[in-house]
Order: sequence, then C-alpha cells, then structure tokens
Amino acid sequence: MSDLPLSTKRKLGLVIDLDTCVGCHACVVACKGWNTENYGAPLSDIGAYGQAPAGTFLNRVHSYEISPPDAPTQTVHFPKSCLHCENAPCVTVCPTGASYKRSEDGIVLVDESACIGCGLCAWACPYGARELDAAEGVMKKCTLCVDRIYNENLPEIDRVPACVRTCPAGARHFGDLGDPDSDVSKLVAERGGMDLMPELDAAPTNKYLPPRPRDAAETSAAPVLEPVAAEAGGLLGWIDRALAAMPGA
Amino acid sequence: MNPFAKLLSLTRSPEPVVETSPRVSQEIRKTTCYMCACRCGINVHMKEGRVAYIEGNRDHPVNQGVLCAKGSAGIMQVNAPSRLRKPLKRVGPRGSNQFEEVSWEEALDLAVEWLEPVRQKHPEKLAFFTGRDQSQSFTSMWAQSFGTPNYAAHGGFCSVNMAAGGIYTMGGAFWEFGQPDWDHAKLFMLFGVAEDHDSNPIKIGLGKLKKRGAKVISVNPVRTGYNAVADDWVGITPGTDGLFILAIVHELLRAGRIDLDYLARYTNAPAIVIHAPGTDQHGRLLKDEDGHLLVVDRKTGELMRYDAAEVEPSLTATHTVNGHECQTVFRQLADKYLDEQYAPDAVAEACGVSPLRIRQIAAELARVAFEESFELDRPWTDFRGRRHDKMIGRPVSFHAMRGISAHANGFQTCRSLHLLQILLGTVEVPGGMRFKPPYPKPVAAHPKPHCKVTPGKPLDGPHLGFVRGPDDLALREDGTPARIDKAFSWENPMSAHGLMHMVISNAYAGDPYKVDTLFMYMANMSWNSSMNPGGVSAMLTDQNDDGTYVIPHVIYADAYASEMVAYADLVLPDTTYLERHDCISLLDRPIGEATGAADAIRWPVIEPDRDVRGFQSVLCDLGARLQLPGFVREDGSQLYADYADYIVNHERRPGVGPLAGFRGNGDSHGRGAPNPDQIQRYIDNGSFFITHIPAEAEYYKPWNAAYQDWAVDIGLYDAPQHYVFELYSEPMRLFQMAAEGYGERQPPDYLRERLKRVMSPLPIWYDTDDSDDDRYPIRALTQRPMAMYHSWGSQNAWLRQIHGENPLFVSQKIWDEHGFKDGDWARVKSPHGEISVPVALQAALNPYTVWTWNAIGKRQGAWALEQDAPESKRGFLLNHLIHELLPPKGDGLRWSNSDPITGQAAWFDLRVSIQKIGEQTHSLPQMPVLPSAVPNAPRDLKWQVGE
Amino acid sequence: MNPAASIIVFTSLSGTGFGLMFWLGLGFPHVTGWTAFWYFTVAYGLAVVGLTASAFHLGNPQRALKAFTQYRTSWLSREAWLSVMTLTVMAGAAYLAVFEDTVIPALGWVGAVLSLLTVFGTSMIYTQLKTVPRWNHWSTPVVFLAYAIAGGAILTVTPAHLAIALLVILGALQAIAWNIGAEAFQRRPTDLGTATGLGTRGSVRAFEPPHTGTNYLLKEMVYQVARRRAAQLRQLNIGLSVVIPIAFLLLAPDNIWVRGIALALHVAGVFASRWLFFAEAEHVVGLYYGRREPQASASR
Ligand SMILES: Nc1nc2c(c(=O)[nH]1)N[C@H]1C(S)=C(S)[C@@H](COP(=O)(O)OP(=O)(O)OC[C@H]3O[C@@H](n4cnc5c(=O)[nH]c(N)nc54)[C@H](O)[C@@H]3O)O[C@H]1N2
Ligand SMILES: Nc1nc2c(c(=O)[nH]1)N[C@H]1C(S)=C(S)[C@@H](COP(=O)(O)OP(=O)(O)OC[C@H]3O[C@@H](n4cnc5c(=O)[nH]c(N)nc54)[C@H](O)[C@@H]3O)O[C@H]1N2
Ligand code: SF4
Ligand code: SF4
Ligand code: SF4
Ligand code: SF4
Ligand code: SF4
Ligand SMILES: [Mo]
Repeated sequence: MSDLPLSTKRKLGLVIDLDTCVGCHACVVACKGWNTENYGAPLSDIGAYGQAPAGTFLNRVHSYEISPPDAPTQTVHFPKSCLHCENAPCVTVCPTGASYKRSEDGIVLVDESACIGCGLCAWACPYGARELDAAEGVMKKCTLCVDRIYNENLPEIDRVPACVRTCPAGARHFGDLGDPDSDVSKLVAERGGMDLMPELDAAPTNKYLPPRPRDAAETSAAPVLEPVAAEAGGLLGWIDRALAAMPGA
Repeated sequence: MNPFAKLLSLTRSPEPVVETSPRVSQEIRKTTCYMCACRCGINVHMKEGRVAYIEGNRDHPVNQGVLCAKGSAGIMQVNAPSRLRKPLKRVGPRGSNQFEEVSWEEALDLAVEWLEPVRQKHPEKLAFFTGRDQSQSFTSMWAQSFGTPNYAAHGGFCSVNMAAGGIYTMGGAFWEFGQPDWDHAKLFMLFGVAEDHDSNPIKIGLGKLKKRGAKVISVNPVRTGYNAVADDWVGITPGTDGLFILAIVHELLRAGRIDLDYLARYTNAPAIVIHAPGTDQHGRLLKDEDGHLLVVDRKTGELMRYDAAEVEPSLTATHTVNGHECQTVFRQLADKYLDEQYAPDAVAEACGVSPLRIRQIAAELARVAFEESFELDRPWTDFRGRRHDKMIGRPVSFHAMRGISAHANGFQTCRSLHLLQILLGTVEVPGGMRFKPPYPKPVAAHPKPHCKVTPGKPLDGPHLGFVRGPDDLALREDGTPARIDKAFSWENPMSAHGLMHMVISNAYAGDPYKVDTLFMYMANMSWNSSMNPGGVSAMLTDQNDDGTYVIPHVIYADAYASEMVAYADLVLPDTTYLERHDCISLLDRPIGEATGAADAIRWPVIEPDRDVRGFQSVLCDLGARLQLPGFVREDGSQLYADYADYIVNHERRPGVGPLAGFRGNGDSHGRGAPNPDQIQRYIDNGSFFITHIPAEAEYYKPWNAAYQDWAVDIGLYDAPQHYVFELYSEPMRLFQMAAEGYGERQPPDYLRERLKRVMSPLPIWYDTDDSDDDRYPIRALTQRPMAMYHSWGSQNAWLRQIHGENPLFVSQKIWDEHGFKDGDWARVKSPHGEISVPVALQAALNPYTVWTWNAIGKRQGAWALEQDAPESKRGFLLNHLIHELLPPKGDGLRWSNSDPITGQAAWFDLRVSIQKIGEQTHSLPQMPVLPSAVPNAPRDLKWQVGE
Repeated sequence: MNPAASIIVFTSLSGTGFGLMFWLGLGFPHVTGWTAFWYFTVAYGLAVVGLTASAFHLGNPQRALKAFTQYRTSWLSREAWLSVMTLTVMAGAAYLAVFEDTVIPALGWVGAVLSLLTVFGTSMIYTQLKTVPRWNHWSTPVVFLAYAIAGGAILTVTPAHLAIALLVILGALQAIAWNIGAEAFQRRPTDLGTATGLGTRGSVRAFEPPHTGTNYLLKEMVYQVARRRAAQLRQLNIGLSVVIPIAFLLLAPDNIWVRGIALALHVAGVFASRWLFFAEAEHVVGLYYGRREPQASASR
C-alpha cells in the first residue's frame, strides 16, 4: 500500500563509512548471493556470458574523485543501496501498493506478487536504488535483509544484513537510526553522518559518514627532524652518549 | 505531514506479511575458499545437495566471518559453463583448441608414454611448473622424485623480491609471511599494495586502524582501494621507492631518531666488517671459529659472541684485525646513508615527492615510534637468557608488496624498507610488524637449491632454496645454468622461487638446453601470466623442419577453458575448489596469524558432475604409474590412493606431516603419528586448525626463548633457531667478491660489473632504466581489482559484470597534454609492441603514470564467453607491451627483464609512449578467435537452488 | 529517460484520443448517428490503443487491475481511474448520440472535463517526479493538455481558424517548454556534490562506474540524445504537429478527409514530441553514473 506510515516504530537502516570503504565490492556480491536465493524471485542475469551482461543487483559501489582546491585529488569509494527513505517517493507513486514502507521498522519493500513492473517507483527514486528484474518483470530493491535480521534460523550474531556481515573493512553498520542511543545513531552524531540529496526531501534513513580530512600534511606545516650530527662527535658521539645513558649499560 | 496525508496514513490498508524466518539451508559445510590465495574459511550452505549460498566462517582465523566479492561469487565459479568436463587430447594443430575427449585411462597412458623415457634418460627434459599452486610441498616432492631439477611455482614472476628480501634480511617477509600488529599500530605505512594475498585480513586490519583513528600513509602512484582510504597519499614515481626510503633513513640517522637498543641487540649492526682490501676476507663479517658473529662488548671493549649472555654489543666500536681498523656494520651504514646523495633534496625530483614532504614523513615516523611508544606488561626472556619485564611498543607498522617488488631494483628496495623498519625498531614488537608461523625462519633454516640429476632416480634434494653464496648456485660442471629457467645462476643468483616466466622462452631457444615435455598446472602461461603472450603462443606452436614441435609435448592441468588450454597436447581437467581435497600446509604457504600457527583443508562439499579429477590425486596415480619413489610401496603398487590419503599418511619427518592438527589419537598437535580420522576432525573443526602462541612468545619471536621452544614443540623446527637481522648481507658480499675475482666459482665476465654493483651488502637504489631511450617517458602499471582474481574472474557471471572491460587510466597531465576526451582511445607503444585501448581520466594518479586493471582482457573464444564479449572487445592486457627480455643495449647481449639478484619479473618497469586515436571498435592486438573447448554457455541465469 | 515505444504510443495516442473526446463532449461537432459513430470510434480507438500500449511497458501486465488500488497516493492509479471513468461517461454519451440520436449536453460536459482530467492525470505521472527536473514543472501538464486540446481540435473544431489558433498556441507552449526544460536540471541545486554529500570538499567527478556492463538504471534512466538528433526531431515535431496541420487547415478545402490527414500528421508530430519528452529528460540518478550536467540542449 502506497501511503506512507505516519511514523515508524523503528528506523532501521545502514550507516556507511566513506572513510573506511575500500571499494572491494564484497557487499555487492554478498547481497547478490543472499537475495538471489532468498526474498522473492532470483536476481537474474541477462546475457550472463555474453556481450552485454545485465543483471539485477541491489547494491552497487561507485567511485568518485574529489579535487580540493589546495590538496591532491582524493578517491572515494561509494556503496549505494536503498536508503529506506522516511518520505519515500518510490512508495507513494506505486499504483498497485506493491511498494510499501513498513510501519514496524521503516523498511521499504516490494510485494512482488502485487507488482506490475511499471517501473514508476524506480523513476521516483533519486538514488537509483531500484532495478526492475528483466526475467521476472518485478521491481527489485534492497530489503535491508528483512529475511535475515529477524531470522530465527540464523544465530543471533548473524541477524544482520548480508552486506554488513561480509564487509571486510567494517565500513557498513546496521541499526536503528530512530533511537538516538543506538550505536549507529551515535556514530552518525560523532562523525557528522550526512544525507544524500537532502534537497529532494526523501529523508533517507541510511546515513553516510564523510571521509576524514586527507593529506593534512600538504596543507599544514608538519614538523621536521632536527639533526644531531651537528653536535660534538656527530651521530656516533651522540650514539655513545645515548647508549651510555641507557639502563643496563 | 499535512492533515490530508495524516488522514490517509491513518486509513492505510494492512501491510503484507513477510516471511522473516525462512530456512536458510538444510546443511552448512565448512571448507576453505579458493577464489584466491587468501584462503578464507567459508560456510557453504547446501540445499538438496547443491550449493545455495556461501558466507564467511566467523571462527576462521583468516577472515573472521567476512568474505570478499570473489568468495561470495563462488557459486558462479563451481557452476561456470567454462568448466572442463573430461580429459582432452589434441586433434588439431597445437594452438587450434581442437580436442577429442578421452578417458582418464587413455590420458594417463599417454602421459606415461611421454614421461617414462624422459625419466629414464634425461629427467631434466621434463619442465614441471605450477602456477597458483597451493600444494607446492607436494608437487615439488613429485618433481623431486621424478628427478628433474626443473620445478618451481609462480613466485618468480610474482613477488620473490618481497619474500627473498625479507627472508635474507630478517628471516620473514611481508607477502603472507608477516602482518602488521593491527591492534596496536598507530601509524601504518603502505608501499605499493593494491590488494595482496591477505585480501581480507588487510581490510579487516585497515578497518581496525580506522576505528581507532590510527593514521594511514600510502605510497603508491595510484590512489584507489586501500590507498584511497589512506589519510596521506604519496603519489610516488614508480621504481623510486628505494630512494625515497633511503632519504627517510638519511633523515632519521641525521637526527639520531633510531632504536639503538634494538639495533644493538637484535641485528647485525654491531657486527664487525673486516677491512682487508685485496683479500678474500674484505667485507666479510668477523666470526669465531664456529662461525658465530663477534661483536665488541660496550662495557669491556672485548670481542664477544653476539649471543653471549652478558654482551652489550657496541654499535660504534672499531676493532683491529691484522693491523687494519675495522668498523661495525652500523658505522658503515651511517656513513653510507648520511651521504648527501640520500638527502631529501637530492632524491625529491626523481621520486616526485617534495623534500619537505619526505622530512615531514620521517619526523612523523620517528614521533610515533618513539613518542607514542607504549609498554605491554608481558615479561619475556631473550635468547641471551635475559629477562625483560616489559614489551616495548613502537606503534609504527609497514606493509608492502608488488609495487616495490615487481621492479628490477625490487630486492634492494625491499631490503631498504626492512632497513627502515629495523632502524625504527618496529619488527616483531608491539605495534609493529610481526611474522606468522612458520616464520620467523632465518636463511640458515631454509634448504639450499639442489640440481643434481641422475637418470631414473630422484633429484638430490629440494629444488628451491636460499643460496648462501656462489657455492650454492645451481650450475652444471661447465658453469652453465643447471635449470631451464636459469634460476640460481649468475644472472640471478638469489632466485629463491625460480623463474617461471623464462621457462617457455628458454625451452624454445634451447638455452641452456631443450626439453621434451612441458608440464604445467594452474597457470595461464599463454596469456595473463606471460610477458609477451603473442610471442609465447608462437613459441608454443613453432615447429621444426620435420614438422615436430620445438617443444615436443605440453601437458596442462586446468579446471577451466582458459587461453592456455589451447596450447596443450593433453589436458588434465581438474575439479573446482568445492569438489576436492586440498591441504594448506605449514610445510608450504600456510594460512596463519602472527599469534598462532594454522593450517587448513578443503574437502569435496559437492561431487563433480563431470569426469574430472583432483590434480594432486592424478599425480598420486601418475607417480605410481611412473614408479616414483615415495609414490609406490615396495611391491610397486600405488602408495597413496589419492591426495586425501597423502594428506593424512605422508610424513615429511617422523611425526610431522602435511597437517599439524589432530595427529596421533587426535589430541596431538604439530607432532604425532598419522591419524586416520584427521580429515574428519578438520571438517568438524571448520576445516582448519590453529594453535596459539603463548602470550609471552607473541613478540620478539626470533629472539624470544619461549617462542623458539614453542616452535620446536609443534614441529616447525627441530631445534631453536634464534638469529639476528641482517642489515648487512654477507651472502650478497660473497657474490660481490666472486665478481671481484675471489673464489672458485666465477661469474662470466659480462656479468661482473653488474654483480659488483647490485649485490651491495647494504641496501642501495639503482635506476632500472639505464637506456638513453627517451621515446617512452610514461610508466605503465597494472593493479589487481579487488573483485577479480587474475584471469578466472571473467568466467564468473557476477564478477564479470563489475569488471567486464578495462580502460587505461591516464593522469591529468597526460590527459591534458594529449587532449583526451571521454570515449577516446589511445595507441600505447613500448620498445616491444603496441596496443590500442580505451582511456579514462584519473586525477589521483602520479603525473607520469598510466595503469589498468590486471588480467581483465580475454582472448576471444576462451572461458565459454560469447564472441565479442567486452573482455575481448574493449578489454586488454598490458602484457603485450612487456617482454621477458629487455630491448637490445647494443652489447650483443639480451638481458632479461628481471631483477638481477632474484630474477623477479620486472612487470612494473614498463615504459611507454601514448598517442591519441579516435574511438575504435576493438582493442588491439586481437589474437585469432579460438573455437571454444567447452559447450556454449546458457544465455540468461535465474539462479535459485531448491524451493 | 529511455524513450520506450510503449509509453510514447501510450501518451501520444491516449492524449489525442481524450483530446477528441473533450471536444466531442463539448459538442464540437454536434454529431449523431453514423457520423457520431465514426467520430467516437476514432476518439475511442486512439484512447484505447494508447492505454493498451501502456501495458507493454509493464513487466507483469496480467496484474494490471491492481493498478486501480492506490488512487490515494498514486497518479498512475488515479490516471487509471480517470481514464476508465472518462471512457465510461463518454460511452454513455456516444451510445445516446449514435443510437438514440440524443445529445445530453451535461453528460458531454462531464465527459469533457474528465477527458482533460485524464490527460492531466497522465501528465502528472511525470510531473510529480522530482527526480526528473525537466518534467517536474507546470509546463508538463500544460503541454500535455495543449497537445490533447489542439490535437483534438484538428478533427473537430469549426471554424478551422479556432483550431489553427489552438495549434499556434500549442507550438508556442511547446517552444516555451523546451526553453524552460533546457536549463531545468541546472536550475535545481542537485548535482554530484549533493548526490554524494562530498561537494563541500572540492569538485566531485565520477571516476569508476560500479559495473562496466549495463543495467536497468542505465538503460531506463540514463539515456543520452545526440544534440543533432534532438534538433532534427524538434523540427520534425513542430513541422508535423503544428505547421503542416495549420497548412492543411488553411490551404486545403475544409473537409473531414483533409482534417483526418492533418490529424494523422499531427499525431506523428506528437510521437516526435514525446520521444523528445522522454529522451531529453534527465534523471538525477545519471549524476551517480557521471552524467555530470545535462547535455546542453539543442535549442541553445
Ligand atoms: N601485466 C601483468 N601481468 C601479470 C601480473 C601483473 O601484475 N601485471 N601479475 C603476475 C602475477 S604476480 C601472477 S601470480 C600471475 C598470475 O597468473 P596465473 O598464474 O596465470 O593465474 P590465473 O590467471 O589466476 O590462472 C591460472 C590458471 O589456473 C586455472 N585454475 C583456476 N582454478 C583452478 C583449479 O582449481 N585447478 C586447476 N588445475 N586450475 C585452475 C585458471 O583457469 C587459469 O587458467 O600473473 C602475472 N601477470
Ligand atoms: N582480488 C585479487 N587479489 C589478489 C590477486 C588478484 O588477482 N585479485 N592476485 C594475488 C597475487 S598473485 C598477488 S602477487 C598479489 C599482489 O598484490 P599487490 O602487491 O597488491 O599487487 P598489484 O595489484 O600488482 O599492486 C601493485 C601496487 O603497487 C603499485 N605500484 C606499482 N609500481 C609502484 C612503485 O614503483 N612504487 C609504489 N610505491 N607502488 C607501485 C600499483 O599502483 C599497485 O597499487 O595479490 C593477490 N591477491
Ligand atoms: S532510496 Fe529510493 S527506493 Fe529506497 S526508499 Fe528511498 S526512494 Fe525509495
Ligand atoms: S514497478 Fe511494481 S513496485 Fe514499482 S511502482 Fe510499479 S507496481 Fe509499484
Ligand atoms: S541490506 Fe541486504 S538487501 Fe540491502 S544491500 Fe545489504 S545485503 Fe543487499
Ligand atoms: S564491502 Fe565494505 S569496504 Fe567493500 S565496498 Fe562494500 S562497504 Fe566498501
Ligand atoms: S580473499 Fe576472497 S577469494 Fe580470497 S580466499 Fe578470501 S574470500 Fe576467498
Ligand atoms: Mo602473484
């Protein structure tokens, strides 16, 4: 159902640390593996071994360059999946109610049995988080691993999204962003977590932690070492004195 | 929310019910990943006997639950349409990829028919080389039993500089032999790494550093991946790291910011360098009769054994030998690096790093090493018997890989980096870099190379090893190289891993001799692992006048329809990694952590659905058919039924076998009788075994008595092996002296000058390009993509969507100078060849550098990909520009494109010129299309296993 | 956006069909019996073929009825209702006109209003999308309505001068829309800097795409038109949908056949207009893939 809940009990989402993400695509493939086998239809790959393979993925890692005016260019690896927006435009446009936002935890899902595959929700999403599966004709998107995070067949420690579990660098965090005391909320507060395209008012739940300042030495006057060689006896004299001053000598 | 919306939301219809607890699988089988050589633990979720999902094993020491992109895509690998299905016998001309499927019986008969006479007459005419081999202790044993000296794995073209540089200097290396103390390091400096073998551990470690807010400095011409998350980036000009490092050394020495105590106690800095010009002692280290290093004691001024209980070795003493005043290694070292040639101002331009930046980095290293030093309350006892109540942390850690090792000056650059680490006292201390068992392991504990051939008999010892001097070279009576790859010859004396990249061209040229059978395993030698793939393909197909092939027989074992398959006469189809037994052994390149010794297995979590066999099991069978000692019982019957049988029952030394865990009755670790249930015990334990080093033995391992005892206990060595780090390398001095004319074994004259220059016992830097050719001003590199493993990733339907083609990334300077636009292509030339490829801009790149992702380019028709797949159409290999020989220098000789010390392939010395061309339809060169060796792949995939 | 044939046919034909119904509902021309039959058949035919074409854009058309359920929030759902309501009301009007020779003006007016609302509904499917700045503008419904009204007028309105006037207005509105649309993307604050949140640190540039192959997003939302192609299509668009119909109406004898041909040519022009409407519209997701600024439009 396409109307958004007035509020959700929790705001589950991801916090992605751009300071730490090395762009390894592990989260991309773990997501593909889990979601091919689980929630809804498999994520198909059209022309899998051909000239223009085009598969459905729910998570993708972009790479950008930032050129600051006074320091070397930086590279930022940038994973992106559904941001589980509070004000999800993808939901309200859906004519069938297949797209909906759960009032319980804020997860935005597609009920594949109701989806006509019109694609409008993907058009409405600013973030490119929805891909229409070409084989199945239904809309696919990140489920926040709703079939993992509550899954009683999984050990408790594994009840996190597949992408979070697999991220080798620990750049992905999962939790309740509606709870100011949750680890993720604290992280967002500490590190200045940000929204993507805030001006479009989708009010994304997922937050991005910006890279820490880079190349400080290029712009600041870091200290350099003072020579001892100028002292009497040069380096070797200094060494003898230094060793003599050491305990045990 | 407006009132209308509010009303709407209050009258929402009910939300669909979602099944939040689906059954994940029916069973989890735990084994070891082999989508790359990192060897992480995996949980393979099974549904109806098929692989449904793969995730990381949380208990596993290597990956601790995480999994990389490749690992997660394993399901697409074990189901890849490119899998070979049955042994193949060539029917068309070699290279045409035309085969008939034959039975295993026929295939093995044919192999015996070729190999038996070779073994009886000239065992050296078998060249057995393996690539991504993780069973080297087994394959080398097979080759040794066969009797050929011509065995090695791929280390020579991979990163032998790193391994040898580390082992010769400190008895252990980066690569997969050592790792930063991620939990304590506060400053981490990374040289020339895009991915490395320790894929997941490095990422886990970086994550830890980031979490603690530790600082990361990366030195790399390219800023991606690990280098992208580094706080500071030094976009160095390729090939100049040695200079940059020695300038830092210069700064540290000048300021006296070095760990004197560490140098005096744990290194050969206090050793006395004999000054005796004109004799065969000049430059050797002073020793007692039993060969123990001597040092001057600071308190008494007397000479003492370096390991004497009471000694306080002096770094600055002088000592008179035969009337000549001799200095310590440290004095020589200080004199050398305090020279102005190593001053930041002198090196800045060559390195592309400003003098101020070099000074700042030196200061930062010193500050963190000495001012952020900390102590661990862990008493320990050193090898001199002295008790220390604390462990002193120097929280600066380094890591490096092929960016410094894959250059022709890489060995000395690696040594320079180790020098820097050691001056700061950051090896095997808290916060620094630590070895993973079975390392530390000094050169003395490694074998020497063996090459004595006796027809019909085994070789006289292991093929590979660490030479201590000219006496250990693998030379024939006449002084020519004994090995087909010329390893351990004067051209590259310390080639500890062999030179796989020279095998085909040497065999083709008959230099030093011809071979009969080339037997290769898991190496795509006609493509991405060769320099000059076009040339190599021609060598493999070239015929003598009588129509026979110059290289008469080629046997190749691969699991997939790779480019190399086309060049085999006989293809032995291997299983995939989930279909076989494997053993990641402490005798080999084990997994492991700085805090424990570990090994692991693979086991068939699924049965092959094709007529394929695990290659090691095939060697057990072939070994028996050839009656190789060690592979047959006394009655001549087959000793090991298969590889699993070998893994469990083989003993290298009494009580020590391929696997360390669960020996004897299942409770002995390290040493113990073979245990028939061992494999099951591994499986029950998640397919790995780890035994932890006691806390007091976790640091200072080479000098820590508790560690040495522990290592003996679990069978890593048979007696304690303490040693000191060799800042001054005496083996290198011995080669230098040979070049100066001392000793019996003498190098050919044309190599003398080079040996004198490069075999410097203290680290040096030299330019790898001594030609005056300025037509190729641009450096060209490759990097490993994190989501691809060499050539195998492209057959993987998921991974190839991420990296299906590769542009040449071009720096802003080159981009602007050539007026490139998006969509443009370039013609790139080297002295050896040219390619036409698409370009893309990267601003975070050294201005004089271009690069691309490694091994994405594929040959048309290979890997069960459709024709005109993007990998072939727009993808490309840089390898076409690289030659195994350097361009002629006008001296009538052809020098190999390798490090003159180790023979390491100098992939990254490539220089090119670039020229803009308009948009093209195909990258060039295009080798002729291969007919596929396997049936066509399905078009679309809708992968789901079970309900 | 990908100019998919199904949605071009859908918006063009249904728009024109409902435009015709609008005029028929208003009593232009006042027709009954067979004449009415033919008029209504043309209007219905266009509308129904158009609506049917939209089903070809669906991945699972068999569930299309579900699209009626979310009228509370979804313009697509509302459009579905509006079109069905219009077709129903106009079916009543048509029945009476054809078989009963009766015209109930009130019913026609209701149908006329519904016809326009349907076209408005169609346009709102696009207009509502903040992600496509070019569409997210008052000009979108205005132009959609103008096409429907002017297109419908070609066949129905006498005197011809009124239809000509409407066509002139249409041409002007279309030109204005192009003009506004050209800068629509740049006028918004959204750029790669806000898309990544990194814009405050320096200039941001897409370096490596997340996949070298293609995907749904690239095919569907990151379509790029060559400038020359766009310029040609604009000429074709205005020529066919405005200039030539005007010429017919001015120069040819005013009869139903001439008007029919004029309408047919007009519809061909509408196809071109809609092709451009989709193809030139840039979705913000293109930013993530390094489509920095929208391609400068051909009108500049
Ligand atoms: N330009 C350039 N070239 C390079 C490098 C570079 O940096 N730049 N790097 C070099 C380095 S360091 C290396 S190590 C080499 C690597 O190059 P290779 O050693 O050739 O490695 P791969 O391409 O991974 O594949 C080897 C073969 O193993 C096969 N294989 C995969 N799995 C199995 C299996 O389970 N069983 C069997 N029997 N075969 C299997 C694959 O099908 C493939 O044919 O490339 C080198 N080439
Ligand atoms: N995902 C993945 N992992 C792999 C592999 C794979 O194919 N895929 N291959 C495995 C193998 S066989 C190997 S050998 C390892 C290799 O692992 P790495 O050592 O990480 O090898 P490369 O990717 O070749 O990266 C070399 C790095 O050195 C940089 N570099 C080049 N020249 C210089 C220089 O002169 N100075 C400095 N400072 N940097 C330089 C390059 O920019 C690049 O970042 O990776 C292993 N791990
Ligand atoms: S990211 Fe896109 S798909 Fe996800 S909730 Fe927001 S608008 Fe919807
Ligand atoms: S594609 Fe499916 S989920 Fe998306 S708007 Fe259409 S019906 Fe709704
Ligand atoms: S939360 Fe689950 S569905 Fe979403 S990106 Fe991560 S793995 Fe994919
Ligand atoms: S797995 Fe983690 S580090 Fe790798 S790309 Fe995803 S978020 Fe980045
Ligand atoms: S790093 Fe990746 S591919 Fe390599 S062993 Fe680990 S999970 Fe497998
Ligand atoms: Mo390698």
